Amino acid sequence: MSRRLSSFNVVSITLGFAFLYLPIVLLVVYSFNDSRLVTVWGGFSTRWYSQLLQNEPLLEAAWVTLRVALISATVATVLGTLAAVVLVRHGRFWGRTLFSGMIYAPLVMPDVITGLSMLLLFVAMGVDRGFWTIVLAHITFSMCFVAVVVQSRLVTFDRSLEEAALDLGCPPFRTFMQITLPIILPGVLAGWMLAFTLSLDDLVIASFMTGPGATTLPMKIYSQVRLGVTPEINAVSTILIGLVTVVVLAVSIMTKRREVERQRAERLAAAQ
Amino acid sequence: MTIATGQPVPPRKPRVGRALVTLIPYLWLLVFFLAPFIIVAKMSLSTAAVAVPPYTPVFDFAEGFVGVVDGIRQFTFDNYIWLTEDALYTRAYLSSVWIALISTILTLLVAYPIAYGMARAPRAWQPALVMLVILPFWTSFLIRVYAWTGILKREGLLNQFLLWTGLIDQPLTILNTNLAVYIGIVYSYLPFMILPLYAALERQDESLLEAASDLGSTPFKAFWQVTFPLSLPGVIAGCFLVFIPVTGEFVIPDLLGGSDTLMIGRTLWSEFFNNRDWPLASAVAVILLFILVVPIVIFQNRAEKEERSLGKKPA
Repeated sequence: MSRRLSSFNVVSITLGFAFLYLPIVLLVVYSFNDSRLVTVWGGFSTRWYSQLLQNEPLLEAAWVTLRVALISATVATVLGTLAAVVLVRHGRFWGRTLFSGMIYAPLVMPDVITGLSMLLLFVAMGVDRGFWTIVLAHITFSMCFVAVVVQSRLVTFDRSLEEAALDLGCPPFRTFMQITLPIILPGVLAGWMLAFTLSLDDLVIASFMTGPGATTLPMKIYSQVRLGVTPEINAVSTILIGLVTVVVLAVSIMTKRREVERQRAERLAAAQ
Repeated sequence: MTIATGQPVPPRKPRVGRALVTLIPYLWLLVFFLAPFIIVAKMSLSTAAVAVPPYTPVFDFAEGFVGVVDGIRQFTFDNYIWLTEDALYTRAYLSSVWIALISTILTLLVAYPIAYGMARAPRAWQPALVMLVILPFWTSFLIRVYAWTGILKREGLLNQFLLWTGLIDQPLTILNTNLAVYIGIVYSYLPFMILPLYAALERQDESLLEAASDLGSTPFKAFWQVTFPLSLPGVIAGCFLVFIPVTGEFVIPDLLGGSDTLMIGRTLWSEFFNNRDWPLASAVAVILLFILVVPIVIFQNRAEKEERSLGKKPA
């Protein structure tokens, strides 16, 4: 349904987006504030950014966070894509209900429960907590998000292409790599992005999982935020927001372009 | 290509590969998602101890079967009895569910007009609008909650603005109250509500509204009799996506709420990190899970049905 917008529609969209974006914009603007008092404007300055570069513990935490996010997003994408294939392609099998339950439940499970339960698992297994336990926990909950994103891509996918390849004797793995994967790639990429940002963002689960020497950026931010608003945190936040915005926009424009090209190619093929 | 011989290729038996594809994610989730819950349940039945790790283990697997039997004898419901005896916990559960309910309704009220406007916007704008809703969702949750502390505090930007307009002459205390928690929840969870609503509204056939108006229905009546009932699947999906995680929310009540803002996620956190009472924290988690299990199962069933109906739609 799309028609002309009533003034009510225009007002609600405008106010809605103002509500969504104003806090972020204010945060970014005040990261360039010269004054130490966060809410009093004292002129433009980038001093908080240069101060960041000297804040060793913060940089260290950022580096830990980045590594956790890269590793966990990549593994989660592989596992999540497999899970999506299972959900969409494998029909009924023993324990399917349990499987899909384990995919959907983490999407809404409160972080405190996930964090506590995984912590107790690692304690029971006698694993030392630290970098790798955070990675394992992040893989586990973000693979479910990947599975859902890839699944929605897979269900709208024309199966006859796959079947044709299989009929021609292409082994299933190669069929997947050469036919299926390129077509569902936008979904897989979106899944990776989502897993990456979820990991970048997580405070609660990482706090349960962490051990000596593995402090992530959200944990650092959280402990400083509890003491009050500081311009330095505004600066870190601005960098993070900028990073995520650029990457998300780049990926979505890229996939959009690919999509358009693919559709054009399909139309051409159909016309012949 | 290897099949240039023209011979019919015998159908492969993809059984092994297929089983492997299923088993890898399945086992992963069994070990890292399901097994932990069993351990939590077990932990909630053990006693806290001043040790590292700070509890008396219920099972001693090293002693084999005897150890397990011994363990079962040591099960204690003390933690659960404690939870029912101390009114603090009951109040925390009730107030979490209450705050989650109210904020789900508030989020729906804020999200609906936005999603409605988006669905009626010109087709060409819609992908951009959807992108604009998703983008804040990608940026850090923690940072977005933090942004509100600078706005809501006593000398914050909202009070400065209101004082400047002359609407108030004393700064309002909003930060560290339940009002701030509601604002934070509505703000953070808004995309989760807008997207399913938009998906439901965008699918609707415009000719239905035309038919209603041809039959003499006012736009207001047509909305309540046609548009809203048809958007109910989106409403329900959005409400689940907000209600379930908000009930166990920790970051928002901790950063924006006051010391009197009781939410169970916060209670669990402080039992675990401040009091280091792991068994009690586990009991808190088990009961929270019991409260949420019904909405979670409904949510799963609906999500799966939705996926399946998408699959049936001709591409």
